[in-house]
Amino acid sequence: MSKVDRSGKIPNNVDLAGDKRLQRALEHWLPLYMEWWNDMGPAGFQTNDIYLRTAVSIESGGWANFDYVKMPEYRWGIFLAPTDSTNTIGFGDHYGKPTWTEIPGEYRGNLRRIIVTQADTEPASVEQQRFLGTIAPSLYDMRNLFQVNVEEGRHLWAMVYLLFRFFGKDGRDEAEELLCRRSGDEDKPRILNAFNEPCDHWLSFFCFTHFTDRDGKFQLASLAESGFEPLARTCDFMLTEEAHHLFVGESGLDRIIKRSAELTRETDGDPMKAGGIPLDMIQRSINYWFTYSLDLFGGEISSNAANFFAEGLKGRFKEKSRYEDHIMKEGVKIIPQVVNNVVVEEQIPYRNTINEVLRDEYIDDVQRALRKWNRTLEKMELETRITLPSRRFHRHQGIYSNHAFDPEGNLITEEELKKNSDRWLLNDEDNDYLVSIMHQVIEPGKMANWIAPPARGINGQPLDFEYVRL
Amino acid sequence: MEPISFQVDPSRYRHWDLEKEGQVMRIHMNVDPDFPLRDGYELKLNSYDLGVDIELADIVRRLRFEHPEITSLVISSNHDQVFCSGANIHMLGISSHSWKVNFCKFTNETRCELEDWAAQADVRTICAVTGPCAGGGYELALACDEIWLIDDGNSAVSLPETPLLGVLPGTGGLTRLVDKRKVRRDRADVFCTLAEGFKGKRALKWGLVDEIAPRSIFEEKLQQYLDQIQQQRPGRQDRQGIVLGPIEVADVDGVRSSSTLSVAYQPEKRTAEFTIEVPAVSGAPSTPAEIHAQGDSFWPLRLARELEDALLDLRVNRKGIGLCIMKTKGNLDDILGWDRILIEHQGDWLVDQILHLTTHVIQRMERTSCSFFALIEQESCFGGSLLELALACDRIYMLDEEGVQIQRSAMNEGLLPMTTDITRSECRLLGEKELLESNQGNYSRLDASTAEQMGLVTEALDEFDYADMVPVAIDERVSLSPDSLTGMEANLRFAGPENLESKVFGRLSAWQNWIFIRPNATGPHGALTLYGRPERPDFAWDRV
Repeated sequence: MSKVDRSGKIPNNVDLAGDKRLQRALEHWLPLYMEWWNDMGPAGFQTNDIYLRTAVSIESGGWANFDYVKMPEYRWGIFLAPTDSTNTIGFGDHYGKPTWTEIPGEYRGNLRRIIVTQADTEPASVEQQRFLGTIAPSLYDMRNLFQVNVEEGRHLWAMVYLLFRFFGKDGRDEAEELLCRRSGDEDKPRILNAFNEPCDHWLSFFCFTHFTDRDGKFQLASLAESGFEPLARTCDFMLTEEAHHLFVGESGLDRIIKRSAELTRETDGDPMKAGGIPLDMIQRSINYWFTYSLDLFGGEISSNAANFFAEGLKGRFKEKSRYEDHIMKEGVKIIPQVVNNVVVEEQIPYRNTINEVLRDEYIDDVQRALRKWNRTLEKMELETRITLPSRRFHRHQGIYSNHAFDPEGNLITEEELKKNSDRWLLNDEDNDYLVSIMHQVIEPGKMANWIAPPARGINGQPLDFEYVRL
Repeated sequence: MEPISFQVDPSRYRHWDLEKEGQVMRIHMNVDPDFPLRDGYELKLNSYDLGVDIELADIVRRLRFEHPEITSLVISSNHDQVFCSGANIHMLGISSHSWKVNFCKFTNETRCELEDWAAQADVRTICAVTGPCAGGGYELALACDEIWLIDDGNSAVSLPETPLLGVLPGTGGLTRLVDKRKVRRDRADVFCTLAEGFKGKRALKWGLVDEIAPRSIFEEKLQQYLDQIQQQRPGRQDRQGIVLGPIEVADVDGVRSSSTLSVAYQPEKRTAEFTIEVPAVSGAPSTPAEIHAQGDSFWPLRLARELEDALLDLRVNRKGIGLCIMKTKGNLDDILGWDRILIEHQGDWLVDQILHLTTHVIQRMERTSCSFFALIEQESCFGGSLLELALACDRIYMLDEEGVQIQRSAMNEGLLPMTTDITRSECRLLGEKELLESNQGNYSRLDASTAEQMGLVTEALDEFDYADMVPVAIDERVSLSPDSLTGMEANLRFAGPENLESKVFGRLSAWQNWIFIRPNATGPHGALTLYGRPERPDFAWDRV
């Protein structure tokens, strides 16, 4: 019997015990993964007991088992959601044909690329967040950080499973590469830019989990539609965990906004006097992370996206329930473009705009959270409102990246952008200040002064529960 | 359509940034997406069209003459996301067949000239690949002596044409891959079917690149290497380049003329008559210093540049011309005198480069899809280098009359080789070894019947036969299928051994041009047609 499953330590529903090939691949990869986790995982907390949720099966409730566990002993597992009863491809040129349970040869390259790109984001975020535990505003938040981290680790496992199971030697090489790249490293950066941006403090962490992880939700959701069934089922299961990450981000920002509003009132408009975070700084942080996250959806006009859709590899968000036409060979979408220094609306074949279709859904979702935060501000009787910048502002990918826009989406000159950039985007001074006010708070139930307490604890536990045993 | 001009100069480059530091020239590809040569597509992600390549060809040409002191050339990219994504697919998608073919031919000639110049001028060429490098971009890298790749987990070399576009990779890249770099054929096979190509270590292991380095030390490592190259090539720092001025061309009443030749177009007859006029050699420079002082106005250099410009104009702007008639005007003594200046001062870098350029231009003529007949008549002066031009033609008609003569010289014995590295005499007389030997060293004046006996002309015709037969031969030629002629000529012109360059063009002409007209590439459901569109290609699966 293989070493990797000798103790049944890896929860799975992919018959790991009976799959020699998978065991062999994991045997080689597991020590490398542990080495990576110990080097790049949360710094300083590897021996502490943490109140974590572990997925042990796909049955209802099976994916959420709470107990104290040391992170390196976390039972990372491999799960696919139950098969869809229809088992037919839901979109594109193969619409209505049976889904693939093995990789179709002609799409092997594209599928590998999709999976590797998604997989690369998982360890990247763990690396970005590595030192945040040392400045956590409460044990509750520290635990949430670690929960997010171990689950990103499990998501890496999920993707690596696909690489091992379906891509042979190439897949094993890619799985190893995933552990070699490093977020923000000049020589071996992570594939996508947002995952190389520094995440030095908790305002960035909450923005990251809110905006950047939300991109993940939409990517996973559109891959959960894939005609390649194992990918669809893997992503489907990952989405159940992703929801918690988004909750951490959304509620974390809400708590900061609430506390900032309180301090704004208490200090007559300058929360910095009380070690709080000014609302305009929060706005700058949102501007920064929202726009970096928009880049993750890819080019507005993309033949790759059109191919992935046509080939049945990557659908739209909730393809089955939200759309009627699943083929979309005809049809256009209006995309505003810069032509001769003016923004003009142009008609683009629909399939080539699939990235933009997904970005639309994402922006709608983000707007919803924004309304919630603004209700918080409203309740506090403040006039300031949080807004979302235009999707054209501060872009590094796609058709707007070579032009300067203001947050309202108006074309401006490079000079104007440069002049206002500190006003619009999280800047060095902000980051220095934010790091300076963040100190570790370890008394159960207590919160740092710059953030409000959450509404309730984890898994029905009280707020002063010892979520991390230090 | 506006005619395309092949003339450009550094002040007008839109797509390349040049940076010279000491004896190192660095050129950075930085394609301006908003300036395609024709309307209808954008040059995104450092993709290129003919306009981008015309600038590159100009750069290479100016390196030859204006920068003789340099020891190395580094080709890199100023685009922050990619190195080069190859030929612009949307441009190919909307271009006519002949445009695609001429585009591929020109870009290959640019790459071949880059290779030739680097070898001839002993300049080390290094492609510094910083970012994804695909298709024609990798072809450009392959044309360099060495390929350096940043090992950053993202930068890769690839030839994705087969999986993505259904056409032949890299405008000829396959030959450079297996013949020049000697990548194993089975590995090349894997590489060419993998759209995303290879990164870092695997690219190095499989011989697709020569050096890899992480970003943090890439530049430093490269600089050390460039210093080393410079130290190995002492003594050229004092060389002074010459300046290549613009070529003045007049186009009046169907006659396109420049200072050394004229081309009279007769579109209704589908012919063009080239006439090269040789000036008196008296008063010509007699020392290298005098040649350098004359610079780009030195007649042999002017002729080579202007002849090339005329040939390029013919290819791209003169559709429907099927036959070029090559004539010369002047004295044999003069052309042989001009040749002698070059022959005697070989070893001077400028003189050597003029000879190399002349070689390149005559080769370019042989690769032009057009019939060429040389007519040797009264007042002709087909001697030495100009005789070589006649030997490059498909046929040579010589008037058998008092005073009509030709003359061989050292120019015909290796100074102006064919693409295949043999002389045109060797190519002509492949099966007549004795005749070839009797030709060697025979530099006497030859009348028509002697020239015919020596295998130098197709037919020697007396006054009456000449007047009867030559016009008929011309009429007959232009009446034949142009496609058949193109194929026939390409097959007949290059008898003898093959080399990398002849294979590049042979394979290119035969296979790429074939694929370009096949429905699987360019039909309504072809991969090239549909690239970037929402539909997927629909192939006819029969292997033809």
